[in-house]
Amino acid sequence: MGYRFSVNGEAVDLAVPGMRRLLDALREDLALTGTKEGCGEGECGACSVLVDGAVVDACLVPVCQVEGSDVRTVEGLADPATGALSPLQQAFLEAGGAQCGICTPGMLMAGRAFLDDGGQATEGAIREAIAGNLCRCTGYTKIIEAIRQAAETPPKQGLA
Amino acid sequence: MPIEPPVSTPRDLSEAYALLSDGAGWRPIAGGTDLMVQITGELSEPPEHVLDIWRLDQLRGISVGHDGATLTIGALTTYTEIRRSSAVREHLPALAEAAATIGAAQIQNRGTIGGNIVNASPAGDTLPVLLAADAAIVLGSARGERTIAAAGFWTGYRETARSADELVLGVEFPLQSGRTLRFRKVGTRRAQAISKVVMALAYRADGGVWRDVRVALGSVAATPVRARETEGVLEGAAARKSSADHAAATIVREITPIDDVRSTAAYRRAVTGRILHRMLREEGGW
Repeated sequence: MGYRFSVNGEAVDLAVPGMRRLLDALREDLALTGTKEGCGEGECGACSVLVDGAVVDACLVPVCQVEGSDVRTVEGLADPATGALSPLQQAFLEAGGAQCGICTPGMLMAGRAFLDDGGQATEGAIREAIAGNLCRCTGYTKIIEAIRQAAETPPKQGLA
Repeated sequence: MPIEPPVSTPRDLSEAYALLSDGAGWRPIAGGTDLMVQITGELSEPPEHVLDIWRLDQLRGISVGHDGATLTIGALTTYTEIRRSSAVREHLPALAEAAATIGAAQIQNRGTIGGNIVNASPAGDTLPVLLAADAAIVLGSARGERTIAAAGFWTGYRETARSADELVLGVEFPLQSGRTLRFRKVGTRRAQAISKVVMALAYRADGGVWRDVRVALGSVAATPVRARETEGVLEGAAARKSSADHAAATIVREITPIDDVRSTAAYRRAVTGRILHRMLREEGGW
């Protein structure tokens, strides 16, 4: 029997070494390659995922520490039934908040955590929320715009 | 792929103590923000056996004692919990400030105060706050518990007074009314930066005179340190520009910074003098 947790709402049971990085478990064992590895030392935020709602660097979390936890990755943002993009993803698309794409999954997850926290979406607060995510292409302006735009999007009727 | 050393997850403190005393050289892992970098083997030797204490929930939490004289923070309390804690913000705002300068959300959600203490980096951002606040570190083992003053905990470069069979359980801050504690970090950018210099200053401004002065620093010596000569210059001195000038000149000589990838010794000396002078000036109001 391995480590049991859920990824994007689906139960997983992974018989892997406990010190395997959550990043490697996601990418190599579960084939969820949306989560990227940038620096591998907690500097760049490319591997950001949510563990029990909190944004973390998946390169710094061993699998043994997510036993029983709810893990969310970029693959879980879109509607699982229809594939429709979440308002945050849609806002990144519309604002041009992505260029090469390596930082984008991490930016989306840091943005998701920020929106879930429900704080005021001021520029300063958004900048702080994505301070642990490095982008080497765009210069952040459009990413910040996208997160602000998503914060202003009213939740869709009928969605939980 | 990084090295994946064997890991044990004890269910309670006594199980953790039993493993730590078996001589196998267990390395405790809390939130992993330092240790998980080491398992890449690129920066230092990876640990041989890892002891996962993340689930020991009795080591989490922030409480003020019944008499209101002590604030206790469990070792596994994260920087996010510290910066959001109303008790910390009320009684020890400098610690909330320090926690907010560490990494960014991803690090603050995992990194713990106990990890900062045991990792014993001279750049550990909360450590000068512990020194300036006269905090005490609580250690536990199968042999029992003991308390060590923060001032005696960091004994050498990345060395501590913790024995191999001990865990840091938490840290106790005495709450002294009328005492001010201030924090300042200088880094390359506001988030994700390891400090060039980090300072905590504590004092009581008693009728225009500095009392109970503590000046504590990170990234200017092999360990987090108190600048005791500088404290001596300020202790009992009038809160005027002349004493601030004298203290700033003293601290520049007293510290022993080095040139490294983040900064230079010369810059660290200059900026340390300036931030001390500025904090004193802001209090003195001249």
